[in-house]
Amino acid sequence: MNTRNFDLDTTVNLAGVELKNPVMTASGTFGSGEEYSEFVDLNRLGAVVTKGVANVPWPGNPAPRIAETYGGMMNAIGLQNPGIEVFCRRDIPFLKKFDTKIIVNVCGKTIEDYLEVVERLAEEPVDLLEINISCPNVKEGGIAFGQDPKSAEHITREVKKHAKQPVIMKLSPNVTSIAEMAKAVEAGGADVISLINTLTGMKIDIHRQTFAVANKTGGVSGPAIRPIAVRMVYEAAQAVKVPLIGMGGITCGEDALEFILAGASAVSVGTANFYNPSATIEVAEGIEAYMRQHKTEHFRDLIGLVY
Amino acid sequence: MSCKRKEKAAVVSQEQIARDIYSMWIRTEEIAGLAVPGQFISMYTEDRSKILPRPISLCEIDRERKQLRVVYRVTGKGTGTEQFSRLRPGDFVEILGPLGNGFPLEPGTGKKVFLIGGGIGVPPMLELAKQLDAGKQLVMGYRDEQFLTEEFQKNGSLFIATEDGSAGTTGNVMDAIAANGLDAEVIYACGPAPMLRAVKQYAEENHIVCYVSMEERMACGVGACLACICRTPEIDEHSQVHNKRVCKDGPVFLSTEVEV
Repeated sequence: MNTRNFDLDTTVNLAGVELKNPVMTASGTFGSGEEYSEFVDLNRLGAVVTKGVANVPWPGNPAPRIAETYGGMMNAIGLQNPGIEVFCRRDIPFLKKFDTKIIVNVCGKTIEDYLEVVERLAEEPVDLLEINISCPNVKEGGIAFGQDPKSAEHITREVKKHAKQPVIMKLSPNVTSIAEMAKAVEAGGADVISLINTLTGMKIDIHRQTFAVANKTGGVSGPAIRPIAVRMVYEAAQAVKVPLIGMGGITCGEDALEFILAGASAVSVGTANFYNPSATIEVAEGIEAYMRQHKTEHFRDLIGLVY
Repeated sequence: MSCKRKEKAAVVSQEQIARDIYSMWIRTEEIAGLAVPGQFISMYTEDRSKILPRPISLCEIDRERKQLRVVYRVTGKGTGTEQFSRLRPGDFVEILGPLGNGFPLEPGTGKKVFLIGGGIGVPPMLELAKQLDAGKQLVMGYRDEQFLTEEFQKNGSLFIATEDGSAGTTGNVMDAIAANGLDAEVIYACGPAPMLRAVKQYAEENHIVCYVSMEERMACGVGACLACICRTPEIDEHSQVHNKRVCKDGPVFLSTEVEV
């Protein structure tokens, strides 16, 4: 067999939706793709995951909203978003111009808020919904649903009753047992699970003698947290049968492959976009190079290889 | 329409021009040819523990030589800016740009204008001074040590304010304007928030068109992450809330568009 030029099958199926490759963007780091489309051919991505959108516009937190940390960063944007109406009118038509799957990240303060967005998206050309129950930077909603298995299962069940598209539940790492949380949302009917959201952290600005971000705490992301994310993906993969989307500090193909071999069916690239706008493409190319090198014809054969 | 590029720029020269202030010329492929006054670039360190780009304003743009000049402050030991200060001719630095909107030249052309710079907001006023065809009064505020003053003197009437009184008017830029009895029809300003607040108030009380270049902690630099917001009195079209993006909608705003 010609090992250099055999056809690679990089496709992956998530709850009946076939992605051309397993590489997508992490919610909140990529807007709805427009700003990064100057650097990235969005047609080459498996999917674009949008920034979280709520039923009404959210102003987010005061500035400063970010700080750099060693090998990573901390953010407390607070889910600023323009609300679902403007999003449907502006962001979805933009993304429809590209041959990529559209995953809309949904946030809310109450279950009713989430359901309003989910129902509004029912007739929109959206491929999957990602339900954010894991944002550490808002007081209500968000992580309130994501740290207790019963609440997580309940909101998943409610969303599933109303959602027309398959549902991804996005988990927080700020829990005692990620396996318990994964089982809970699977029991609630989640079609896919994505993890991890950011880890709650704090940075003190010793020059200003106050918190580095105005929200006091923020979500830590970037390469520094990757080993934690890989471990959590592995534990979730042991606990549930639904496909997983792994993320947390992925910068290149090799990083992505750690998640894939640990059990992720797809990966998201987040913080890396900030220092390398074409990071998503490099991750996709890195995975292909690895497949050639290891004579792996089908991407799906790599998923969970370590166990 | 796309005009932003990520490039490996070659360092042409590097010199320290004041305490903690460095001036570096870099040669780009296309960015210098696209840039306008008031825009900035993202500069990346080689150090993988520092993952965010550093937004640095453009001090001079030499289109013919395809070169950019950045004048920046080293913010401390072990910082990204300290790493930039160690770059030497022949080294390369990754940059993304040109970013942001820049100063509009048209409103000030042919008018009596103030170009007001304070601290590390001084450098971007130099390229604006070079390109703007107007009656230029350059009002520059420093804490103590001055820099770029010779270059400014070639491009307009220079008025200096220093906090320690070592040169010009003792005090801030507004003190220098008052002490010299200056007035203007259009204002361009870049500097720390307290300075911009004073300039904005002065401009609005005197009904003067005023452009302010804002600063905020940034991550992506291209308008995607919503880190570097500034408050706006009106609901903004993009955000649908009272926030504009400094990196993409700015950094230059009409003073009346933003809360400082």
